[in-house]
Amino acid sequence: MNFVDFLLQHSPALIVAIPLLGAFLTPLVSRINNKVRNIFVIIILLITTSIVLLLALDVFAGNIHTYIFGAKDLTLPVVRILFEVDAMSAFMAIIGSILLLVSVIYSWSFIEENSGLDKYYTLVLLLAAGMFGMMLTGDMFNFFVFLEITSIASCALIAFWTNKGKAVEAAFKYIVISSLAALFVLFAIALLYGQYNALNIAVLGSVIQFSYLDKIALVLLVAALAMKAGIVPMHMWLPDAYGRAPASVTIILVGATQASLYGVFRVCFTLYGNTINLSPTSIGWIIVLLGVITMLIGVSMALIQSDFKRLIAFSAVAEIGFIFLGIGTGLTLFANNQMFGLIGSTAMSGGIFHIINDSLDVGLLFLVAGAVYYATKETSLDKMGGLARNMKYTTIFFIIGLLAISGIPPMNGFASKLLIYESTFQLNPILAIVAILSSIMLLAVFVKVFHSVFLGPAQPKFKDVKEVPKTMLFAMGIIASIIIIFGLFPDLVINNIVEPAVNALINYSEYIRQVIPTFTGGF
Amino acid sequence: MIFNFPFIAVIALILIGLYAIIFRKNLIKMVIGITIIQSGVNLFLITLGYREGAVAPIFTSLPSGTEIPQGMVFPIPQALTLTSIVIGVAVLALMLSLIIHIYRHYGTLDVRKIGGEK
Repeated sequence: MNFVDFLLQHSPALIVAIPLLGAFLTPLVSRINNKVRNIFVIIILLITTSIVLLLALDVFAGNIHTYIFGAKDLTLPVVRILFEVDAMSAFMAIIGSILLLVSVIYSWSFIEENSGLDKYYTLVLLLAAGMFGMMLTGDMFNFFVFLEITSIASCALIAFWTNKGKAVEAAFKYIVISSLAALFVLFAIALLYGQYNALNIAVLGSVIQFSYLDKIALVLLVAALAMKAGIVPMHMWLPDAYGRAPASVTIILVGATQASLYGVFRVCFTLYGNTINLSPTSIGWIIVLLGVITMLIGVSMALIQSDFKRLIAFSAVAEIGFIFLGIGTGLTLFANNQMFGLIGSTAMSGGIFHIINDSLDVGLLFLVAGAVYYATKETSLDKMGGLARNMKYTTIFFIIGLLAISGIPPMNGFASKLLIYESTFQLNPILAIVAILSSIMLLAVFVKVFHSVFLGPAQPKFKDVKEVPKTMLFAMGIIASIIIIFGLFPDLVINNIVEPAVNALINYSEYIRQVIPTFTGGF
Repeated sequence: MIFNFPFIAVIALILIGLYAIIFRKNLIKMVIGITIIQSGVNLFLITLGYREGAVAPIFTSLPSGTEIPQGMVFPIPQALTLTSIVIGVAVLALMLSLIIHIYRHYGTLDVRKIGGEK
């Protein structure tokens, strides 16, 4: 067996283990000197990213990977902890690794002047381990453990600037919300365990009955994970947390939020997939409605903000609404084979494609906001102006982010939003109208920001403002180039990355059959 | 009815905890609310694995005459509860340390008074 095969076989465990090991080595390495520590963290994440890509290549080719901890082969009944990687997990892991890598490169200069950076990098790597764990695990209780690791690490990172009272307050709000959500998840897991004597997602998915207790568990799981994903009306922690954390942390938080979102879809499609025809449309419609409300409230709140990062945070809320709308439309039509083939799969591709587009667009805008803060030490939109003269590259990146988030053609946001518009229009025209309206309002929001931050007369107090350091520009450049590539060749991305992920969610029976070969349900 | 009593206690604990988080104005009391919910969920897990008259599932110290496995309680919920308790302690410590920082900044723990930037 050659090295690549060996690496591939153990990749699900390595993707979590390498950042975890790196996290606890970081304090030791940082005793040497700061530069070595930064390089060490980047190398750890580069290794992780390459393993993620290696695994993803194999998974997109059609193999579902399972990794059994503590045993060589799977024995029934399943008592071991399993990692199960299908195309959806691999898709999410790619997003997570891009965001982490960009964030660490950006942090090099952005957060240089702070003290306690060895702890910062330790927490970043811990957050990476938690995030990848949530995306790759095939066990409900394991999911809960990684959810808590993610919450604890991200809470400590939100409060990283402890000298600011509001950052600590935002972190407290975040930890209350996320520990509450995690406890609800644990309660739901206990409800499922009490009935079916299993914790494995595939095993549970094969025996689930949709009894009264299962409905309660579904409500608890979806509500708790949607709370962690920042769906209106449970979004109030998100603007605080995104707005107060350092920009380099915010971009990872976007990834952590997407991991919770992944949890919602995994629960709806895989865990409850076999019972979907017992509740034909209700769950789907609830998710669609939540998505619509989230979009509307998100953009209308973004319009009235005067703080740069808080404004972007509200538009991030709205963007998550688009994802929910797309995938909810798919879920609504899931039991109806004919309609699903016509519009449901398009809606799902749009929704899933939008997950990666949303994290890139919102991430780029947060990095730009961080760069503006780095250069001017100012966060209020009212006090800024005329920065385009001094920071021309940052301005270009902001324009790219602006066009992408509001779905203007040459950028990636357009590709996924178009799929969502055309498919939701056939389900119900009002949904598409609301979605287009939200997009237009997003454009209005960011044009306003563009005008008040970058245009206007040169202000004397910003005369000495310089362009941000090269590493920050490089980090923003990576995301911007991915955005443009995705925008120019959307069909390439959809065919090679998005379609396998959509099929992985739809064909939940494949996921179950990987563990229980005799399972016969599904379409 | 008597067998349902632990489940009623679980629901009561969770509701008390939610009440504390939503309606109490003191940060410490909110944290207490979370720990109460945590106890409720842990109690639920433990109750799921309980068998009347059964002993702890430790093979080396079973009383003689114990039926295996009917005479033992379920070990998996206990393992889950242990993990959940450990995580709970970490979260609790983090929340209390945040409260220390909040108190240093604002000089109060009343949720209505914190939040103004200094």
